[in-house]
Amino acid sequence: MSTPMKTSARDVEDMVKSGDVTIIQRITRVQALQIVLVLFVIVILFSILAPDSFLTVFNLRSIMMNTAIFAVLGVGATFVIITAGIDLSIGSVLVFSSVISAQVMGNLGAEGWTTSLIGLGAALLAGGAWGWLNGFLVAKAKVPAFIVTLGTLGAALGLAQVITGGIDLYEIPVVMVDTVGFGNLFGELPNLVVIAAVVVLLGGVLLHMTRFGLLTYAIGSNPEACRRVGVKVDRHLIWVYIISGVTAGMAGWLSIAFFQQTTMGGNSMTALTVIAGVVIGGTSLFGGIGTIFGTVIGLLIPVVLQAGFIIIGVESYWQGVVIGIFLVAAVYIDGVRRDRAVRGSGRKPGRLQVGGVQLGTQQKEGK
Amino acid sequence: MTTSPILEVRQVTKSFGAVDVLKGIDFEVIPGTVTALVGDNGAGKSTLIKGLAGIQPFDSGEVTFEGVKVNLNEPRDAADLGIEVVYQDLALCDNLDIVQNMFLGREVKRGIPLDEADMESRAGETLKSLSVRTVKSLRQKVSSLSGGQRQTVAIARAVLWNNKVVILDEPTAALGVAQTEQVLNLVRRLGEQGLGVVIISHNLQDVFEVADYIYVLYLGTMVVRLKREDTNPSEVVEYITGGKTNNAGSNGDLV
Ligand SMILES: Nc1ncnc2c1ncn2[C@@H]1O[C@H](COP(=O)(O)OP(=O)(O)OP(=O)(O)O)[C@@H](O)[C@H]1O
Ligand SMILES: [Mg+2]
Repeated sequence: MSTPMKTSARDVEDMVKSGDVTIIQRITRVQALQIVLVLFVIVILFSILAPDSFLTVFNLRSIMMNTAIFAVLGVGATFVIITAGIDLSIGSVLVFSSVISAQVMGNLGAEGWTTSLIGLGAALLAGGAWGWLNGFLVAKAKVPAFIVTLGTLGAALGLAQVITGGIDLYEIPVVMVDTVGFGNLFGELPNLVVIAAVVVLLGGVLLHMTRFGLLTYAIGSNPEACRRVGVKVDRHLIWVYIISGVTAGMAGWLSIAFFQQTTMGGNSMTALTVIAGVVIGGTSLFGGIGTIFGTVIGLLIPVVLQAGFIIIGVESYWQGVVIGIFLVAAVYIDGVRRDRAVRGSGRKPGRLQVGGVQLGTQQKEGK
Repeated sequence: MTTSPILEVRQVTKSFGAVDVLKGIDFEVIPGTVTALVGDNGAGKSTLIKGLAGIQPFDSGEVTFEGVKVNLNEPRDAADLGIEVVYQDLALCDNLDIVQNMFLGREVKRGIPLDEADMESRAGETLKSLSVRTVKSLRQKVSSLSGGQRQTVAIARAVLWNNKVVILDEPTAALGVAQTEQVLNLVRRLGEQGLGVVIISHNLQDVFEVADYIYVLYLGTMVVRLKREDTNPSEVVEYITGGKTNNAGSNGDLV
């Protein structure tokens, strides 16, 4: 691959004609395919080891249910990581949003659809506000994303506990629990999964088919290049963190519908689980690379492992070990891929040359 | 040639803290010609270019474009006028493909989604019009291209937008002989198409091959403007190294 290919004029025409690059081709080019294979192998393995109990409707349903809320969070996390950022606060923002949402719905009597939807609005707004704060501090104040979101991770959870006095809220509208948390479409398809799928789909369209998505990759790839062509990089980054906050808010609302209460104590590992899934799914922590599709697969893997281990009678603690290995392997592979890809970049200013011979030039350069 | 300049710079200055990098520069670009800007490392060439591109606005001085005084305070201003810069560091997004890089910041949409097919065919036509034949696929990621191919993409991006002035900061610095020749051909073709072309280079052989005019910058001062046919490399070297300053007996204009 190291020699630049010479091609004939006809090849140029072929190349020009190849205008129909499908979305599928674009996605597979980003190499999320390997991880699909890994998931496939895991599923086959468990199916062989537990032929009667693994590939059952019940088991698949619970796998999808357990992935749904993570997948919603994963959409926002994928956007953020593609910009070479990180959002550690999503678990706490989930908690904060669910507390605000439950509080608002409780005040309205905790009954009926209108109240539930107002609760959804409150959750999205609360999440978006934290996202805006994260984005503002990262883009404008230039504080590293790791530190900003580590700060809001503590602050959002702390404030949620201040608001509730540390006691989880239980006043959730019954319709919301029955439909969003436990309702089904076509008898077997959980509504929770349908809602998550819609969020994932919207996220995928935004990331892979719109200017906003393209600029997200571009900024993760070379923010300076974007600035020079007039892209409003700071504003874009703030929007990306707002998306992450809003998906965390959405996840917060889904989570109270599913658990019928807020879960202040249960989300300390949420952000790390989601980030691990995003990275295992092929999104690069260095920015510029990643897909929503990969994220969903990356998030399915730990859930499938967990379910499989329980069924075949392996202690489910092993799931943590295996995921740890996957995570490190994913980042290693990404590094190798990058090393191979980098060439021709990194140019230095030239030196004075006459007839191909370099002349000695005074000053500078030595430093 | 008596065509009037499309871009004229008068007495621009730029300082970084206490360091005066540009000390009152005059400079002009005539359409249909190639103007070379030479000078030692740190002379201020890139700084002058960044001022014209609107990414590092000048502190004082005046810029006229097509006879009208203009303000270049941000990249949009330059882009709207039709001034395009191909930077020394190229400023391409490695993880994006050729088409995406060529349209970066000016994507074509069909409603909300991007119009990939339209962008791809226009990118292809531009590359073809420049007789570029060395890229395998327009959907190749830029990270997989050679230095010359990357340079080609950056230049093609400038041409795609029907720009009036194209400025190239050391376009051949990292290239081998064959690729240098290709890029120089490209530069010449831009001039023939009627654009005002500015090329910064440390390679005087390249400069003498393509340039109609040669400006020499020395420590933030424009020392001389020479016509290529009236000068020779060793004279230019003397100006660059400060061995010769502009006074009586020179072939160049006082600037
Ligand atoms: N952002 C900046 N802040 C401070 N000093 C700067 C900045 N940009 C450039 N300079 C200084 O301005 C001077 C001119 O730099 P410039 O990049 O314009 O030189 P150049 O002529 O392009 O050199 P080269 O041939 O090495 O590319 C140098 O001394 C450089 O250190
Ligand atoms: Mg320079």
